[in-house]
Amino acid sequence: MRLRAGNGEIRVLITHPSENGLRKDGSGKLIPAHFIKFITVAVNGKTVLEGNWGGGVSKDPFLAFKVKNMKAGDKVSVNVEDNTGEKGSVEEAAR
Amino acid sequence: MNVTRRSILKGAGGVVALSVAVAAGLLKPTRVLAAWNEAGFNATSLADALSAIGASGAVPSPGIAINAPDIAENGAVVPVDVVVNLPDVESIAIFGEKNAYPLVGQYNLNDFAGFLSMRIKMRETSNVRALVEAGGKRYTATKEVKVTVGGCGG
Repeated sequence: MRLRAGNGEIRVLITHPSENGLRKDGSGKLIPAHFIKFITVAVNGKTVLEGNWGGGVSKDPFLAFKVKNMKAGDKVSVNVEDNTGEKGSVEEAAR
Repeated sequence: MNVTRRSILKGAGGVVALSVAVAAGLLKPTRVLAAWNEAGFNATSLADALSAIGASGAVPSPGIAINAPDIAENGAVVPVDVVVNLPDVESIAIFGEKNAYPLVGQYNLNDFAGFLSMRIKMRETSNVRALVEAGGKRYTATKEVKVTVGGCGG
């Protein structure tokens, strides 16, 4: 998971298959659903975004958004959890 | 004397340990949206998805612009930017209207500054729809994306 924050914008790129459970593999078998359900972004511990995702998010999900009042040095943290309960997190200082 | 000194040190140590634990807790915001909206994300039509997230009856607004390609050659990766020029934005939801499951993402926002972008899958040519809650009211906008090769499988 990669995180970049600065100039009022937060950008997150996550390596994840984001399978919606509708695709078939080479032998015609359905590939089980495997996608991120929860993403939370906080600046200095204050939640600025709480997101829910479905299987319609593209593989290797990307999210960018702008927040008010973010300054260089602010601590930005991202937490994600997928439908199998696997979790990830990353923290970076804003530039 | 020694005993007193020792117990004071011990007491102080306890306080330090406690404040470190609190700080660690604050730095790890593991709380996520109370519940994933099962009915919304599993809805197989736009109308059902909208009603599952309580969003029927949103009014079209020129304060929302969706920037997405007119033609997406690869429906598996369609970049969608939502630019909102409305005060007090509380939430945004994004739909691929003719997807097997139209609701793609739903966000609760604080200190939002008018721009959100993500990449979505689209099964076929249809509208991308954004639904925005701002100042306690619901607004919506759409943008048609022509899809050359669908990106949902199935």
